[in-house]
Amino acid sequence: MVAPNTGDSTPAKVATRDLSVWYDDEQALKSISLDIRHNELLGIIGPANSGKTTFLRTLNRLIDRTPGIRVSGQVRLDGRDIFQDIPVEELRTRVGMVFALPVPLPMSVFDNVAYGPRRHGIGNRKALAELVEESLWAASLWDEVKDRLDEPAMNLSGGQQQRLCIARALAVQAEVILLDEPCSGLDPVSTSMVEDALVGLKENHTIVLVTNVIAQAARISDRTAFFLMGELIEVDGADKLFTLPADERTAGYIEGRYG
Amino acid sequence: MRTTTTPLQRIWEFFVEKLIFLSGFTAIIFVVLLFLFLLKEGLAVFKTVSPQEFIAGKSWYPISKPPQFGILPLILGSLAVTIGAAAIAVPFGVASAVYIAEVAPPRLKEYLKVGIELIAAIPSVVIGFIGMVALAPIVANVFDLPTGLTALSASLMLALMAMPTTVSIAEDAISGVPREYKEAALALGATHWQAIYRVILRAAAPGILAAVMLGIGRVIGETMAVMMITGNSAQIPHTLLQPVRTLTATIAAEMGETMRGSPHYTALFAIGIVLFLITFIVNFTADLFLRRAEARR
Amino acid sequence: MNAQRSEKLTFALLLAATIIVVLPVLVIIGIVIKNGVGAITWEFISTAPRDGMRAGGILPAIVGTFCLMIGAMLFAVPLGVFSAIYLNEYAGDNLLTRLIRLAIINLAGVPSVVYGLFGLGVFVMFFKFGTSILAGAMTLSIMNLPVIITASREALSNVPQSFREVSLSLGATRWQTIRHVVLPNALPGILTGIILEVGRAGGETAPILFTVAAFSLPFLPHSVFDQCMALPTHLYAISTQVPNIGLDVRYATAMVLLAVVLIVNFFSIMLRMRLRRRRQW
Repeated sequence: MVAPNTGDSTPAKVATRDLSVWYDDEQALKSISLDIRHNELLGIIGPANSGKTTFLRTLNRLIDRTPGIRVSGQVRLDGRDIFQDIPVEELRTRVGMVFALPVPLPMSVFDNVAYGPRRHGIGNRKALAELVEESLWAASLWDEVKDRLDEPAMNLSGGQQQRLCIARALAVQAEVILLDEPCSGLDPVSTSMVEDALVGLKENHTIVLVTNVIAQAARISDRTAFFLMGELIEVDGADKLFTLPADERTAGYIEGRYG
Repeated sequence: MRTTTTPLQRIWEFFVEKLIFLSGFTAIIFVVLLFLFLLKEGLAVFKTVSPQEFIAGKSWYPISKPPQFGILPLILGSLAVTIGAAAIAVPFGVASAVYIAEVAPPRLKEYLKVGIELIAAIPSVVIGFIGMVALAPIVANVFDLPTGLTALSASLMLALMAMPTTVSIAEDAISGVPREYKEAALALGATHWQAIYRVILRAAAPGILAAVMLGIGRVIGETMAVMMITGNSAQIPHTLLQPVRTLTATIAAEMGETMRGSPHYTALFAIGIVLFLITFIVNFTADLFLRRAEARR
Repeated sequence: MNAQRSEKLTFALLLAATIIVVLPVLVIIGIVIKNGVGAITWEFISTAPRDGMRAGGILPAIVGTFCLMIGAMLFAVPLGVFSAIYLNEYAGDNLLTRLIRLAIINLAGVPSVVYGLFGLGVFVMFFKFGTSILAGAMTLSIMNLPVIITASREALSNVPQSFREVSLSLGATRWQTIRHVVLPNALPGILTGIILEVGRAGGETAPILFTVAAFSLPFLPHSVFDQCMALPTHLYAISTQVPNIGLDVRYATAMVLLAVVLIVNFFSIMLRMRLRRRRQW
């Protein structure tokens, strides 16, 4: 079904084996086996309802919240099973999530970034301030908001809000960042700023970017995976997948046959 | 940031969550407790009277010797007041719900809703007081009666007290009808009123029915106002212009004078059981209608 | 043309019906103020009744009513809010939660005098609190529970799911998420429901008739095990049980009761309007 994608010898950061997910009786993911490598930016493309979002939400177990959900197969983070070996709070701290529409919490910019660390027991004001600055810096947002830290986060522009959400995940020292179509509500300028931030983060983070814009995956991902109807059709280096896809369904999607 | 929560935090959280789970059941616990206590105190009355005598007995003379505990006059008293109140509350309540939901301009709508809420805010003892000192003399005058403390006066005041429930739930039901229904009717050339009458009211019918039932439930359970306005005479009513006595008022008026455990005391708890069952059935049925209304959307 | 004219007429009738529904409240408030305001003096609201309640003031009743309102909320608020948290944040949609829902609906419909019976049987007799502020406050709190649960639950469910997901995805626990994201944003809505019930606790008569109320007790209560007077029971007593009381004194008592209840309700309405305007999501 899927060409082995474990050719690389470095151990995977996140590895799924035969991962299937059902919503009640409907199967949303069909036996996905995929390795996500250390510090790569993996793009995931595919038409609507192909299981991309379900896949992301499984990786940090947000999917647990969905009523009627059933999961089979394995997901390992640094070799440990995320369903058995890692407490869910630790998992979600290490595997952060950025949603399609930016969701600033109704509090100040500073409090948004400090939200996670505070929950994990960091109360020292100086330590928090440093952490917030670092995270905003890493999300390429510091220069724009350094004078507005006390303003409600709702006042920021859409692109700034989305980078704030990235900073928020970075503040709890996320190692893996999952992004679910993070630019779907943004204008081109904001989009390119978010993309720049992501490319900058690659150095120290593993990034999984679900996108419905094929060009975005082509622009910034190292490898790209193509999902269709809950199946992983193929995964390959971006240069290859977009020029010489192995599967004709991939070619069809890239040429725009699935809409 | 791996080891994130301290043991203390975890213990605290454990207790808070346990407390939350427990609290979740309070509603059930209290309903069950309520019913059990009513049964415990009330069923003993059947050592004194048979169930038939209790429900269908025509005389309520709790302190005569021997006492008579027939609650038929009280049931009929409650019924008379309720029917009178419903006859006023249903047409006016539904009409104002339609007006507020469909016709009123937004500003006026806000004011009207606040006005309806104000009715709910007025304590029933104040309504009873006003009914007694202001309304009853008028009723006595108009109908040339020896006293204005009659089922009719109580019905008028109770109709008012049923309004907040009836209007707000009926208004919700009407506002909840999908816009498309109305637009489709308008597109076919119906006037606004025709759309309301033929489409919206029909679609909102289960919700409106529930609103009416809950309003009636409110009237059956009302105590202070009826105690002060009905005249409190435990006789089987023939017209609304007579004094009557309701189930609720009987409990409130007589409980203070009873000895714990006496037949009279248990009889009042038995009336409580009857009231509990009536309101349970009314509310349960109304909820069925409401859920049907919800499912239709 | 004809259809339009009859429509206008119908709408006019509907408006008339609405006015007939709303107008009596204003009339009632007007009558109470007009007839009661003359008897309201400093002495009336600051001293105890004298001469078999025919003279003096109603201070013990005012104090008693405030004690009952506060006491009822001390029990009802934590129970009600926690119960709403359970229903909205922890429980799924299953047979159990449907039963709880049914229980809440049923509790909301139980006549207030039946709560009075329950309070008498359970708190006064069974727990041996006697006729006391404690017994009355607990009776009122159970009566307040359904509305507080329902309003709190609605306020909680109005907090967007995305806020919860953000908090959880940052590694916060379920309780941390509720405590730091959900509750703060649901608070105004929860408060609206609570304040509404404070007013109701202050105005109810039947539940406290046999659980707290003293017919006439010209002292202030010293502990929760004391009996006390309350405004609604006092109004009832002087209207029906004590002959030869000036009508203006009765109206003035009604006016004080109405003022307490309406002021509380006014806060609730204001809070809700502000909330609706300020909502940011």
